[in-house]
Amino acid sequence: MFPDQFLFAVEVMLNGLMAGVLYALVALGFVLIFKASGIFNYAQGVMALFGALTLVGIMDGQVPFAHLINAIFGTNVHHFGWHVPAFLSILLVMVVMVGLAWCVQHFIFRHLVGQEPIILFMATIGLAYFMEGFGDLMWNSEIKKLDIGIPQGGSMWIEEATAFLGGSNFYGFFIDKLEIVASVVAIILVIMLVAFAQYTKQGRAMRAVADDHQAALSVGISLSFIWVLVWSVAGFVALVAGIMWGAKSGVQFSLSLIALKALPVLMLGGFTSIPGAIVGGLIVGVGEKLFEFLIGAPFLGGATENWFAYMLALLFLVFRPQGLFGEKIIERV
Amino acid sequence: MFDQSESFVTEDGRTIGGVMMEMKNITLRFGGVVAIKDISFDVREGEIRAIIGPNGAGKSSMLNVISGFYHPQDGEVWYKGGKRPPMKPFEVARQGIARTFQNIALFEGMTVLDNVMTGRLNHMKAGILSQAFWYGKAQREETENREIVERVIDFLEIQNIRKTPVGRLPYGLKKRVELARALAADPKLLLLDEPMAGMNVEEKEDMSRFILDVNDEFGTTIVLIEHDMSVVMDISDRVVVMDYGKKIGDGTPKDVRSNQAVIDAYLGVAHD
Amino acid sequence: MFYRESGDFSETYPADSQTFPIKFDRYRYYAVLVVAFLIIPFIINDYWANAILVPFLIYAIAAIGLNILVGYCGQVSLGTGGFMAVGAYACYKLMTSFPDVSIIFHILISGGITAAVVALFGLPSLRIKGFYLAVATLAAQFFLVWLFNRVAWFYNYSASGQINAPDRTVFGHLVTGPNTDAWAKYMICLVFLTFAGIVARNLTRGSLGRKWSAIRDMDIAAEIIGVNPLSAKLSAFAISGFFIGISGALFFSVYLGAVEVGEAFGIQKSFLVLFMIIIGGLGSIFGSFAGAAFMVLLPVLLKNVLVGGLGWDTALAAHLEFIIVGALIIVFLIAEPHGLAQLWRVAKEKLRLWPFPH
Repeated sequence: MFPDQFLFAVEVMLNGLMAGVLYALVALGFVLIFKASGIFNYAQGVMALFGALTLVGIMDGQVPFAHLINAIFGTNVHHFGWHVPAFLSILLVMVVMVGLAWCVQHFIFRHLVGQEPIILFMATIGLAYFMEGFGDLMWNSEIKKLDIGIPQGGSMWIEEATAFLGGSNFYGFFIDKLEIVASVVAIILVIMLVAFAQYTKQGRAMRAVADDHQAALSVGISLSFIWVLVWSVAGFVALVAGIMWGAKSGVQFSLSLIALKALPVLMLGGFTSIPGAIVGGLIVGVGEKLFEFLIGAPFLGGATENWFAYMLALLFLVFRPQGLFGEKIIERV
Repeated sequence: MFDQSESFVTEDGRTIGGVMMEMKNITLRFGGVVAIKDISFDVREGEIRAIIGPNGAGKSSMLNVISGFYHPQDGEVWYKGGKRPPMKPFEVARQGIARTFQNIALFEGMTVLDNVMTGRLNHMKAGILSQAFWYGKAQREETENREIVERVIDFLEIQNIRKTPVGRLPYGLKKRVELARALAADPKLLLLDEPMAGMNVEEKEDMSRFILDVNDEFGTTIVLIEHDMSVVMDISDRVVVMDYGKKIGDGTPKDVRSNQAVIDAYLGVAHD
Repeated sequence: MFYRESGDFSETYPADSQTFPIKFDRYRYYAVLVVAFLIIPFIINDYWANAILVPFLIYAIAAIGLNILVGYCGQVSLGTGGFMAVGAYACYKLMTSFPDVSIIFHILISGGITAAVVALFGLPSLRIKGFYLAVATLAAQFFLVWLFNRVAWFYNYSASGQINAPDRTVFGHLVTGPNTDAWAKYMICLVFLTFAGIVARNLTRGSLGRKWSAIRDMDIAAEIIGVNPLSAKLSAFAISGFFIGISGALFFSVYLGAVEVGEAFGIQKSFLVLFMIIIGGLGSIFGSFAGAAFMVLLPVLLKNVLVGGLGWDTALAAHLEFIIVGALIIVFLIAEPHGLAQLWRVAKEKLRLWPFPH
């Protein structure tokens, strides 16, 4: 019915949309922290990795810091021998992430109130390195499999249902069930986050803090509470992203590179905009896959997904620095 | 227009020349807010021209228009007899216009000496190769300009703090350093944005003396924004009064003092 | 008591603005030069050259370059890895295309090519600042790594994608290739570092350096008093690129000999040099040296103490290194943003008063 090339392009777009939803979710974590504290959290990706590592570690009954303990005491412990069910593990990890949020707020950003954004950004780079070493020290750096019961593999149902669209060489759209689940979860989370920011008292307080720390303090908003809240929410978002990605490709270092993917999304959508993160994520998701399919693979030798998003964002930065939805910055003397 | 034949000598022996700069029908808007509404006035060479008015009247915005930082939506700036095309702030500076700022804009990471030396940047022309290997022109220029800067530092009596990082200085001294930086540029026209803000009586007397000395010794034309009425009446030759973006008075201090509209603006009258 | 400046007056302006106004400092500087040029080349061995001194010298050049851009001019760049790659690949293409020309010229020209490339990527700095600019430089980083990976012309169509440095000599002594003597590697890097240090010091204390600092401290005021922001920023990018390019060329040809762009010049390199200048001290030439020394010595120290001394394995040492570096970055940003250079300055101030407390 439809030409094969067109159908392949549509399939690429669908996959791009779903990748885009995940990007949007990750980007949202950044937007929240940025809105509340003016910090771009480079460590968000490492937090996702840490969350996933801790989840696997708890589920598999790993001994934390086993490697270090063995080195110091000459012992040979690795596992406790038990397995914790997925649901309970996730709750425990969330507690850990809240604890992490508190530590980050208390030991780092409490001392950096009022500093310029670039200093805060560099502090998060330091945090990212620290957390990476810490996570590896705690749970070791081998690749781990993450299985919490999410269905995987191509969806036969969709394939069969769409096979009729094309000719004899077209077998239907191949869409991974995991991606569908991830997209649905991400959409739900996005809706919840938007509702939280817009309609709750804490959400409003968060936006006040994002505008002006001193002013927020002067109307009685507790900066430390809001920040712990925000970092916890970001940690939770990171955890979900970590779970989705970890289930797909295993829990390993490359998870932390999520941060680098979110940057172009934010540049496109505007650093302070929640709808911007969503739209930006979708544009980047679809854009990079389509670009690779149409131009990258045939003409440029492939692997353009590494930089396409950045180049697109760079163009935006030069012509429209506030992104699609961000606020324009006016400077006065 | 710039016309030498109109120059005259004041009672205290200073020469005031023809018109040096003219603002013609300047209108400046920020989105929906009109900061300056159709204002025209002129500045004569060698005079001290004050701009006064209640807060929010648009005075600093006017200085920013003169500096080239804001571009008016309507109107023209005429400088030294010719219409000034739209230009960037650093090009305006190179025409011999220097200024100080309402909220101090010193370079906090540098010492007083380095800050004042930045005032000489437009006069230092040594090429990059000469600077990189510190020979010939770069070395000579550095020493020559250092001498000029030291004279300015002497003039403003800030010798003892020349190596202090500016961030550590009290407010009054910072204002003086900013004035030094502006003077170091050897300007034809000096714009001062509330140079006496936050000072006590003695400091104001010092600053007034400096301003008068600059005008007297170097013939520098001065435009200043100031809130202290006694200072304005004392040292300025002519005054422009602004209120809500409009000009409501223009003339000698005596004229302006007895202008009903000016009195209303300052004392407050119910607006219809 | 021995570190005094009383009686040590400057009588001319040039004397007042020299690099080491205090006599003791000046003698210390001369002593360091003597040791560096006249003593070390005779006692250096392969391990010290390859593990410590040569990487220190090369990274110090890169740190000086990045410090000019970030510390003096305030323009943040996360593209250092990619820019070093430009220097390395430019050097490779020059060496293989013009085998009879001395490597010294190739290195200098590579620096020039990198300067142009970095200035190009610096153009957005006119419209975007601070953190947003940092992100734009990340685009440069990823793009450049991709470029040198994908476009086969850059690695002369070799099957492995690696570039190898052919043997080259200076004044008859081998400086590249596996048979090079330790002292020769050390000397060529030392000469370039000395050159870089002197030029950087001169530029940063002259009118160009003042323009950079003015832009960094308050760019709007700087423009209003007459600094052309375009030329000031682009000059910072270009000169920074020059030094970073030289560093990349040396890193490839003298230090490693063979390079694969993703491993050698990836984003971790950008962060490494950034950490050097944060820890060492932003806006300080001495800080660039201190930071480079610190970041080169730390993993060596950890390995020797933990692996050699306590018998732990290397993975553990690597994890600890990340933890220590991350924590130090945070500590320095909170407590001493001017890094080791400031700590050194404060120590010297106290030393001037010693044994009196104040």
